[in-house]
Amino acid sequence: MSQSSETIAAFRFGLGFSRVTENAYSANDLVQQTRDTDIGLSEFPGVPLKNRTELLRRYAKLNQERKKTGTRSQAFKEMSKRSRLLQLEDSQRIFNRAVFNPNSFFERLSFFWLDHFTVSPKSRTGQVVWGDYIDTAIRAHVGRSFADMLTAVVLHPNMLFYLDQRVSMGPNSKTGIRRKRGLNENLAREILELHTLGVRGTYSQKDVRQLAELLTGLTINRKGMVFDPNRSEPGPEQVLGRTYGDDGPAELVDIITFLHDVARHPDTARHIARKLAVHFVSDTPDPDLIAAMADTFTATEGDLPSVYGAMLDHPGAWVPLGGKAKQPLDFMISGLRALGVQRKDVAGISPRRAARSFITPLTVMGQPLRRAPGPNGWPEEAEAWITAQGLAARLQWSLIVSKRHGRAIDPREFVDFALRDLAGESLRFAVSGAEKRAEGLALVLASPEFNRR
Amino acid sequence: MSLSRRAFLTKTAILGCSAAASPLITPVTFASVPSDHRLVLIVLRGAMDGLHAVAPIADPLLAKYRPTLIKTDFADLDGTFAIPPELHDLLPMWRSGELAFAHAVSTPYREKRSHFDGQDLLEAGKLEIDSRLRDSGWLNRMLSLMSGVQQETAFSVGQEGMLILRGDAPSTSWSPEGRIDLSPQARLLLSVIYDKDPLFAEAGRAAMTLVEQMEIEAAMAGDELDEDPMMANAKQAAKATDAADLAAFAAGRLREDTRIASFSIGGWDTHLRQARTMRRAMGQLSAALVRLKADLGPVWSKTTVLAVTEFGRTVRENGSKGTDHGTGGAMVMAGGAVRGGKVYGDWPGLGETDLYKRRDLMPTRDLRAYAGWAIRNLYGIGKTEVETTVFPGLDLGEDPKFLL
Repeated sequence: MSQSSETIAAFRFGLGFSRVTENAYSANDLVQQTRDTDIGLSEFPGVPLKNRTELLRRYAKLNQERKKTGTRSQAFKEMSKRSRLLQLEDSQRIFNRAVFNPNSFFERLSFFWLDHFTVSPKSRTGQVVWGDYIDTAIRAHVGRSFADMLTAVVLHPNMLFYLDQRVSMGPNSKTGIRRKRGLNENLAREILELHTLGVRGTYSQKDVRQLAELLTGLTINRKGMVFDPNRSEPGPEQVLGRTYGDDGPAELVDIITFLHDVARHPDTARHIARKLAVHFVSDTPDPDLIAAMADTFTATEGDLPSVYGAMLDHPGAWVPLGGKAKQPLDFMISGLRALGVQRKDVAGISPRRAARSFITPLTVMGQPLRRAPGPNGWPEEAEAWITAQGLAARLQWSLIVSKRHGRAIDPREFVDFALRDLAGESLRFAVSGAEKRAEGLALVLASPEFNRR
Repeated sequence: MSLSRRAFLTKTAILGCSAAASPLITPVTFASVPSDHRLVLIVLRGAMDGLHAVAPIADPLLAKYRPTLIKTDFADLDGTFAIPPELHDLLPMWRSGELAFAHAVSTPYREKRSHFDGQDLLEAGKLEIDSRLRDSGWLNRMLSLMSGVQQETAFSVGQEGMLILRGDAPSTSWSPEGRIDLSPQARLLLSVIYDKDPLFAEAGRAAMTLVEQMEIEAAMAGDELDEDPMMANAKQAAKATDAADLAAFAAGRLREDTRIASFSIGGWDTHLRQARTMRRAMGQLSAALVRLKADLGPVWSKTTVLAVTEFGRTVRENGSKGTDHGTGGAMVMAGGAVRGGKVYGDWPGLGETDLYKRRDLMPTRDLRAYAGWAIRNLYGIGKTEVETTVFPGLDLGEDPKFLL
């Protein structure tokens, strides 16, 4: 089956063909998306961190009162509701931005990086700041250098909370001695193993330990990240062969210096290149493609748009589609875009209704939002997603959205629009043979052609 | 690779024939199943208060610790322990020896008392928390030691696949509210679309088989299938948390080729007005067990149900007539295969110095040892495998002999 480069671009690097936004297809246009202003963010702005921490502060205060008195005041209930509502709004915003941003490659990259730096909040605090993490740590750095993104991520309260950095302190630091507490290696380990060098990278348990000591001053307070010198382990730390914090306990600048060093490490270049290629192209990408991307990563000191460009300029990135499956979030968004949903149907509905229409189906399809199984994120293999329950959920949702949004669409025309040259003959026959319009549309959305990429 | 119209029509016709013969899509059948024993794992999320569910009423300290929580309407089990009214529907099972409890048990989890970590450790079956904790669950690792395991051998029931079954061994995840409101004709067309893609063909076949079994069960039960999927979905989402439905679906599978099923019941985090907040959760557990027994019919005699929770709750009631996160707690065993009518375990006592950190019920046994002995006796899993692969770091110890 022949596949045009436009189709490959739309499925592999975008969120399918859309009736409501422009579509970009060329390598240059795609890379340009990551250098331009974040349209998703400017059209659907998020809530700043200080509003979120203020909400948390007020909640904590009322919660203390609740514990003391044993009764839930009206103000407590109200604040509880507001924090829940904020989370629903954050979830809805993900859909708003991805469906209506013409820069689909940017949106896909933001999903990729959100997964690379997975945070599955365990507590109310984490849940409430999660939306800001997307805006200021992830999206703001999709088109910047890897070092910048890494630094923003590691210093964000969301990550510090999730990987237990807030409880880690130098065993010989002032606070450590006073409270008889010590290191928690979680963040240090995941930085090396997942975020930068990769599990096959060249580092040892000693590096993990030393990095954990280096990070000890990092913690959070009610306003966000803070560096607390009283928690910082005294003495220099040697990580990956370089010494940090020669003069007295490490300071924030030493941590940032380390993050910039590790971000430029050749193992990091290979790990990131490989992960991008596996996510976008194939579970077994052309080694030459990975090498080209890693070389560019190293040559540009991790300039991400250049790395994306190296991928898009390589013939190995344009092999035929079909080896991978869209993850549920990609599937739902590309489905909504193909059906041409209007803003009023996505951004215009209440957060509660958006949760029912989008977030619940996402859960049933196996990808509950912000609840990735672990810091290593969602699986890449198609087999993890195309299961009995996963496929049934895709089918049922396809039918529901087809009834809701496809009243004016002819299924035979929809097949051409949504799949172009990808549609196999059996699919075309099946669609033309469907008894009901909605079923015809649903067959397209649930087809292997639409779900694979 | 393109399919001619003629070939397509022929194909549809063939499918049409088999469809007319009864099942729309031939159900997958399996040559062998690994064992005849059924195991149901219920995860009680939120930390069940073991001292309320299986209250040591003979100990006068209990009423002192819990002046407002312990009432006279608890039903005596054995002169030492009693169960609250919400569990009284289970008394017939207790009397017929199909219900037992183990007390003063816990996972190896200590100190931080986070639900999230506690449940992960419970389902992962590991000794301690590390970054790979959520890679696999203990039921899945147990399956990897059994032969003849198929996709249908084990079921995770409910909207979210459960960690306890996650891993490399095959299992199926399904939610009883899962439905596909496609006409029979569209289902046929779908099977044609999926025909050339083995992954989709397999998943599609399994999904359709499940959906059809459920439709048949619903039709036989006299339920009317709702015509409007939106309405039906909303309705079903509303009752998706009904544990009896999860139990009924699990029972339906266990009557067939499924041997292992797992689902969860939430609502146990009773910090506030426990007498009221725990009522619903206990009602759900009770209804699930009653439903399992009723729906399993003769298979109940080969069934072992274990209901476990991430940790217990504080011995003392708190300032808001509830209890806070604790350590030792209770587990529930039910089924025809269980040697019931007994509360198992070494009782540590409630004296101040008997408590864990002077606050919680002291755990006297790893709850994984009970689960470990269950899978040893039910499925013949070797001692070493139990102590390394399924429950790393576990000392199985002596067989509590809670199975017949």
